Amino acid sequence: MKFQYFPGCTLKTKGVRLDACARTAALALGFTLEELPEWQCCGAVYPMARDEIATRLSSVRALMAAREVGEPLVTLCSACHHVIKRVNGDMKHDADIRAKVNNYLKLDPPYAGETEVLHYLEVLRDKIGWENVKAAVKNPLTGVKIGAYYGCLLLRPSREMCFDDPENPSILEDFIRAIGAEPVYYGLRNECCGGYTTIENRQYAHKQAQRIADNAKTAGAECLITACPLCLYNLTQNTDGGLPVRYFTELLAQALGVEEA
Amino acid sequence: MQKIGVFVCHCGTNIAATVDVETVAKTLGKEPGVVFTTDYPYMCSQTGQQMIQDKIQELGLTGVVICSCSPRMHEQTFRKACHKAGLNDYMVEIANIREQCSWIHKDKQEATEKAVILGRAAIAKVQLNAPLTAGTSPVTKRALVIGGGIAGIQTALDIAEAGFEVDIVEKQPTIGGKMTQIDKTFPTLDCAACILTPKMVDCAQNEKIHIYAYSEVEQVGGFVGNFHVKIRRKARFVNEDVCTGCGACTEKCPQKKVPNAFNLGLDTRRAIYIPFAQAVPKVATIDPDYCNMLKNGKCGVCAKVCTAGAIDYKQKDTTIEREYGAIVAATGFNPIDLSQFDEFAYSKSPDVVSSLEFERLMNAAGPTGGTLLRPSDGTHPKTIVFVQCVGSRCEDAQKGKSYCSKICCMYTAKHAMLCREKYPDTDVYVFYIDVRTPGKNFDEFYRRAVEEYGVHYIKGMVGKVVPENGKLKVQASDLLDNRQLHIDADMVVLAAAIEPDKSARSVATMLTASMDTNDFFTEAHPKLRPVESPTAGVFLSGTCQGPKDIPETVAQASAAAAKVIGLLCKDSLTCNPCVAEPNELMCNGCSNCEKVCPYGAITYIDKEFRGPNRTTLIRRVAQVNPAVCQGCGACTVACMSGAMDLKGFSNKQIMAEVDAICR
Repeated sequence: MKFQYFPGCTLKTKGVRLDACARTAALALGFTLEELPEWQCCGAVYPMARDEIATRLSSVRALMAAREVGEPLVTLCSACHHVIKRVNGDMKHDADIRAKVNNYLKLDPPYAGETEVLHYLEVLRDKIGWENVKAAVKNPLTGVKIGAYYGCLLLRPSREMCFDDPENPSILEDFIRAIGAEPVYYGLRNECCGGYTTIENRQYAHKQAQRIADNAKTAGAECLITACPLCLYNLTQNTDGGLPVRYFTELLAQALGVEEA
Repeated sequence: MQKIGVFVCHCGTNIAATVDVETVAKTLGKEPGVVFTTDYPYMCSQTGQQMIQDKIQELGLTGVVICSCSPRMHEQTFRKACHKAGLNDYMVEIANIREQCSWIHKDKQEATEKAVILGRAAIAKVQLNAPLTAGTSPVTKRALVIGGGIAGIQTALDIAEAGFEVDIVEKQPTIGGKMTQIDKTFPTLDCAACILTPKMVDCAQNEKIHIYAYSEVEQVGGFVGNFHVKIRRKARFVNEDVCTGCGACTEKCPQKKVPNAFNLGLDTRRAIYIPFAQAVPKVATIDPDYCNMLKNGKCGVCAKVCTAGAIDYKQKDTTIEREYGAIVAATGFNPIDLSQFDEFAYSKSPDVVSSLEFERLMNAAGPTGGTLLRPSDGTHPKTIVFVQCVGSRCEDAQKGKSYCSKICCMYTAKHAMLCREKYPDTDVYVFYIDVRTPGKNFDEFYRRAVEEYGVHYIKGMVGKVVPENGKLKVQASDLLDNRQLHIDADMVVLAAAIEPDKSARSVATMLTASMDTNDFFTEAHPKLRPVESPTAGVFLSGTCQGPKDIPETVAQASAAAAKVIGLLCKDSLTCNPCVAEPNELMCNGCSNCEKVCPYGAITYIDKEFRGPNRTTLIRRVAQVNPAVCQGCGACTVACMSGAMDLKGFSNKQIMAEVDAICR
């Protein structure tokens, strides 16, 4: 099984582990992530806040490239996934944006959202299946109590993301079970970490992140997992640091016994 | 050749604004057989009807076509009018140019063309119509009420009052329904049990009323006036006629760990139980899922302590069969399953309860004896947050319900008020989208909660409830103040949306009664026939038709009873003459029609026919019982040899309509 892969800027700098572990884990699970040859920064959520097409074009180029190969486009970073999936939705459903983008890029044949956009977790759930992930695990993380941290970008707006129930998600808990660990439920798992306010109001970001970490810790979590580099930064740099935060792919690679990568 | 009159209705502007009615009348005048056409603003008015009658008599019309609204609306009206003028009822055809034309089209030219086509089809059909005469069928003077809640109880009492026999079938071990679980009733705050239990006793003591509790309707056959119903009486493992309801068995049963359904699992009961003190019939029931004797043959304590000798471990389900003239659906409601709304931590914290659970926690006969205590640790809650519209008015159809559940605003005001009255030291918050209190003395009641009892009403929704360190951290928004709220609550009460009972769908299927997308029973007309189902002889009582409070339920229950009484007063009913009829000479005896008939109206007989050269042939041919046939037409489609025809809707007539449309 082969997918086109859009790593995104952060995964080349701060989030190297998120990327590297994902690739080795993929090989261990029997699928390949082929990096798009010339990808550009997705714009990290800001494109969605503007009523213009210029900021969406880099995502459309990535989507076009995947269409040419005829394979789904896989992303890993929550922000990249959010932007690319929503831009794809716009190209599919918003006739105005579709017309403008196609006119501007002179796309032939025109692009209308044909590419399937998948998050790495969706690949595990829908293409590989939790049972098969479980079967491939060599070092189950038995007894480890893990809190799933969803953040906001993966889940909302739910009608566009179609990722999981935004109020009561379960995909990360299912992932935790698949790698042999024990998921810990805590209420704030799908609250925003406040990461986007770090620069203008660090105090608020700190308060919000600490609240989440405390809630998870009280519920009995020994560590948190996330798919988002910004959440990871915020939950480690803007808290007392008492609760370790890991990328979910790190634990996946560890469980599959390919950690060294 | 028929002499046909065509009458085109404007329906005010309903039709005339989109369809050029004059053109329709004029164009249809050119159809073969049409001797008169006209258009008129309101064909259904007395003047309109008079015009039709005059023309029938003046021109000797043999067929009438009315281009108007749906036949469901006024076919009967026009048939009656023509009947008075001496025309057979079945020589009248309706072309529906409102619901199927003017209401759904915008372009006047297109709509006019379509109206002409629909009129043409009706004319083509009426050319082949033949006068039909309706027979009669007798009425069984006994009614069945499915569901023994307050709706079913009131309906049964009213029917019995008029002197007719009524059977109540209730699937629970006792009648009483949801109202038995409610503590106080709004807006008067009188005790629900005090007003309900006397009615339950009335039912039990009324000789005309027969209660089949712990029973379910299994099969319904027949038709209005002559329903044939199979009722399954589930095994209680207790002989109902012998049990005195003394309760000795329920005290001695060693299996104490059974979740008590009556208290919604907030406490436990024994494996043999009487749901509550005022149960009717007051008879014990053994829960086969928990009874040690039934599960592994070891115990028998209840049989030993029963002085009446009522325990019967070998009891089996039995089926009884009864005939009824009318059936009332009173299947009631349930709060929705809250597992879809776990952002409020319902499944995560025992201190997050549904409103019905809250009723039990406040009730003197409830698990806490009427003292409000937190289920988690038995302490008094000091801060209580009520969340309204949990699953009601929900945009996400997969999670909740699109409709307003109607009763939650009032019972939440009641809960909040009772909390403040009993425990003045509690802080009570109510989060709402809108407060909806139409009803006699309802808004005054809500205002009392706010003004006199100091309940904090906050416009806005709760986003999340997070259990942490024994508290429930409530995140919410105050929309009027435009700010985020964080409340540390001790208890959260969720006003869950209500939905029809799960059994309603199977009951509706058995009754061939229609339902809406939410599984509420559909009424025959939303305004003018609110307690009748479109299926003749089936009536609707209470929340199975839509969300209702107790006063409305009782009113509708009595209305349904009045309709039943009206039906049972008649000695015979006019049958629908549009029934299937086989042509015996064409019938090849294949049995296809018998297999598809949903009413069991078709049988086969061996019949003698005259063969060639004075011989006789015995052939197997279909026979239709016209009293049972409902005219659905399934057999006419299944018949390979074209022997089966539906009177009034013959294959020839349908084909003539199709030809007229395609012309």
